[in-house]
Order: sequence, then C-alpha cells, then structure tokens
Amino acid sequence: MRSRLDLKLSPYVFVAPFFLLFAVFGAFPLIWTGYISLHKYNLSGTDLGSVGLNNYRRLLGDEHFWIVIGNTFGLFFVATVPQLLLALMIASWLNKRLRFRTSLRMGILVPNITSVATVGIVFGFIFADRYGLANWLLHSIGFDVVNWRDHRWSSWTAIAFMVDWRWTGYNALIYLAAMQAIPRDLYESAAIDGASAVRRFWKITVPLIQPTILFTVIISTIGGMQLFTEPLLFNYGRSQGGSLNEFQTAAMFIYEQTFVNFDVGRGAATSWLLFLLIIVFALINFALLRRSLRGNTS
Amino acid sequence: MTATLERRPVARKVEPKHRKLRSASATLWQASPLTYLGLIIAIVLSIFPILWSFIMATRDNSSVYQIPPPFTPGTHLGTNVSRVLNNTDASFLYGLANSAVVASVVTLSVVFFSTLAGFAFAKLKFKGRNALLLIIILTMMVPTQLGIIPLYMIMVKLGWTDTLQAVIVPFLVKGFGVFMMRQYAASAVSDELIEAARVDGCSTFRIYWSIVLPALRPAAAVLGLLTFMETWNDFLWPYVVLTGDTPTVQISLQILATAYYKTDYVQVFTGTALAIVPLLVVFIAFGRQIIGGIMEGSVKA
Repeated sequence: MRSRLDLKLSPYVFVAPFFLLFAVFGAFPLIWTGYISLHKYNLSGTDLGSVGLNNYRRLLGDEHFWIVIGNTFGLFFVATVPQLLLALMIASWLNKRLRFRTSLRMGILVPNITSVATVGIVFGFIFADRYGLANWLLHSIGFDVVNWRDHRWSSWTAIAFMVDWRWTGYNALIYLAAMQAIPRDLYESAAIDGASAVRRFWKITVPLIQPTILFTVIISTIGGMQLFTEPLLFNYGRSQGGSLNEFQTAAMFIYEQTFVNFDVGRGAATSWLLFLLIIVFALINFALLRRSLRGNTS
Repeated sequence: MTATLERRPVARKVEPKHRKLRSASATLWQASPLTYLGLIIAIVLSIFPILWSFIMATRDNSSVYQIPPPFTPGTHLGTNVSRVLNNTDASFLYGLANSAVVASVVTLSVVFFSTLAGFAFAKLKFKGRNALLLIIILTMMVPTQLGIIPLYMIMVKLGWTDTLQAVIVPFLVKGFGVFMMRQYAASAVSDELIEAARVDGCSTFRIYWSIVLPALRPAAAVLGLLTFMETWNDFLWPYVVLTGDTPTVQISLQILATAYYKTDYVQVFTGTALAIVPLLVVFIAFGRQIIGGIMEGSVKA
C-alpha cells in the first residue's frame, strides 16, 4: 500500500517545488503587474483605487515613452546584428582543426564570466570623455575625440560594445556546437564540386544551423529588451540615460518611474507593454528569420 | 558529457583510390595562419578589459591622466586593496561574503530541485507529464524581470527588503535547470537499474538519492557552475531590493563606482578586479566543463 502511494505521488512531489516557487515568485508577480497597471498603488503594496486604462493612455501619449521604446529597439539592433554575425565568424574559425582548442575556447568565453556591473564600470572608463582609452585611440589615429554620453549614436555605440563584448563568445560557442553536428562529408563533396569557402558557409553551414540561429535570436531578444545595467553604470548609476534620455532603455524607464518617481502604476503599465512587445517581437523575429533562411536554402 | 562533443578525427584510414578525397578534406579543415590571427585578435580583445582593470588596480590615481595610458603594472596594489577593503560605504568584504552565501545557497537549491524534477520528467510516468514539461519550457522564455514591482511589494510585506532572503528565495528553482537535467537523465540513467531497485523495495526518493543523483553528477556540476556564476553576477534585483547595509558584491561595486568615479579611479578598478577574481578562479579550474555545458545545452535545446 505504501509503495503504491509512493509510485503514484512521488512524481508530483518531485516536480511540485518548481511549480510552487515559480507560481509565487515568477508567474504571480507578472500577472499582478497587469493588475497594478490599472490602479493607483504605492510601493509598499497598498491599492489606492482603480484608474482604468489611464496609465496606458498617459504612456502612449507621452513622447518620453516612445523615445525609450525607440532606444530599446535601436540598441537591440545595433548590438545584436554585429554580435551574431561576429559570433558566426568566430565559430567557423573555431570549427577548424586547431591546436590549443580548449584554451582558445576559454579565451573567447572569458568576457561572459565578468558581471554586467563590471562591464558597465570598466567600459565606462574606456569610453570616458577625457582620458578614456577609446578617445585616446581615436585621437592618436587622427580623429576628433567624442563625448560619448552626449549623442544618441555615440552612446549606442559604446553600449553595443559592452553587450557584444560580453556575449559574442558565448554565442560563438553555441554556434560551434551546432556546426560540429553537421556531417563533414557535405563540405567535402561541395568542395570537390568547386564551391568556395564563402559559398560553403552560406549554403551549407548557415541553413543547417538555422534552428540554433533562431534560438540565439530569441534569447538575445529577451535579453536585449531588458537591457539595464550596462547603460545605467555607463551613466554613473543614473537611470535617466543621458540629459535627453538618449540611451534610456525601457527597463531603466520602469526603474525610474517606479523606484525614483514612485509612479508605481505607470511603471507597471510600462512593464506590461514591454512584456507584450517582447512576445510580439520574438514571434516576428522567429517568422522573418525562418522565412529568409528558407529562401536561402532553396 | 563533453566527450560526446569532441570531434571525431577527420583523417580516417582511407583506401589509396580515395587519396585525392582525403587530401581535399584535410585542407578543408586546416586552420590557416589567418584563422589563428583572427582568433588571437578576438581573444586579445576579450581579455584586454579584464587585464586592464587588473593593471589599473596596481597603479596610483595619477596614472589615469597619463598619455599614452599605462599598460604595465605599477606598485600600488597593496594600498589600493586595503583602501577598497576599508571603504565603509562599499563594505566590500561583507559584499563578497554575502555573494558567496547567496550564490552557494541558490546553487545547491537549483541543483537539488532540478535533478529531482528532471528525474521525474525523464523516468517516472504520471498524468500530465508532457503538459507540465511544456510549461517549464515556456517559463524559460518568460522575462520574469518584468514582474519586479510586485516582487518588491511581496518583499515589503514579508519584511525582507535589505535581507539576503530577498535575493535567495525567488531564485531557488530554475526552469532551465529542470529541462537540462531532464534531457541528461533521459540518456544517463538506465531504466533497468531503476526497475531492479524497485523490485528490491526501494522508495522513489531512495532511487533518486542512490541511483539517479550519482548518474547525473557531471551534468549537475555544470548546472551548478552556471547557476553560481549567474547568481554571483546578478545586478538588477539586488540593486532594487538591497542597500549598502546588506550588499552583494555587485552592489558594493556599484556603490564604489558611482561614489568614487570622479575622485578615485583606481579604487574603482581595484574593486572590479577583486570582484572578478573568484569567478576567474572557478573559470580556470572548470573552464572545460563550463564550455561543455554551454555547448551541450544548446544542442539539446
């Protein structure tokens, strides 16, 4: 009798902790965010009454909100596109027969173990206006120095550098794993048929690792839409992201609204809109990329 | 588990008539000097910012204004380190200790619950198994960071703001971990062994403890390493819920960086360098396993 009960119940007992904890600290807060966005709230969790869709109406009519959304998507593009292309290139190098294979892979991955806070701080120094390494380099090859935090293009460049520095190697290893699963004979017969290395890369490698590319795009989307720490520390810990919000991301905006201005309902409404945007955007990416990669194979 | 990923030797025993084919395949995978050059540039760029913060940690503040910037170590490491450690705003040592506690507890818990649930999903039959597994995969895609406002309110209600529980308890389980252990358990644990143990009258938990857990050890170690690093490096949530009174090391760093950026550069650099050291040690000791885990995980996902 005891063993029958054990057989029947054990699986549920084993998986229950995950679902319980996720429900309390993952799912419930996300749903409650939707509720808060329709109410006036204070930070200690007191409901001060319903405001209907006012928070959303106010947001959608607010230029600041759209600047922030533009920044989030813009930064995502300027960071992710070069990052994934670079990762593909590095992966195809790592996929050759190499000496010191483990050391090379570790060298490529080492940025990923540094914390986002460290990245924000160290690159904040590299992109300092005076005495920064980047400006010293620009100056010594004859260019004008740049006040990195003063323009949209320059702050985006600096932040894209931070994100790409930390994540390119990680993505390269993921691509490498996928490339190793491709049967080598395919390349050999293509080479005998006279296909160049570049052609082999675009016609064999890229189509065959398509699921992995989709995977990295989705992961980068979810991460990129929540970008927070790098731009925050790039700006010495201030959440407004430049004097005209040139590089304030949606996550920084949510933080600012909620924990600096104490406009909790507005912060929650932004969270929900961002949540929806992430889902829609991830799906669009998925569909587009799938189609273009399909087109590539045929 | 990394062994399965190692490439099979390209040059196989070939018949003489295939010699042309063989030489074609050998040159195809030959790394040219340009390949090495490209990789070396990538690695130098990868290592440089870390190395540079270590170099700056050994210099004094006048080096910051030097042109060209200094790329060799100086002699001030000792005084810089003691300045960081004695900085009462940043409470750096306390932050390090807190991070060690938080990351260890979270890691142990994630590994325990993930192996337990992964075993159930891979080897036990129960109603709703596939639906529940699908939910777990979906949770991996959910940006839980967006639930941060109510999460903060929960912490206020529990009286947990500015305590370590606040950065531990919400992270005790991880969908990715369950999925990873499920994939590994499916192939690493033999059904016969489980059946035999059942016949001998073992309870399901006993089977988990003495058969499944030992078999899952390599994958569990990788999950543990990845979880430890992720927790150690986490920023946004600790930044929201903790203050300088109970910092994790990342919060100590943030305090250091925002308060001393204008006046004491090298102290900030010394802090970042010190905060990297523990992870660098882990990485150098277990780099091969971490790389294997990342690559294996992506193939299975």
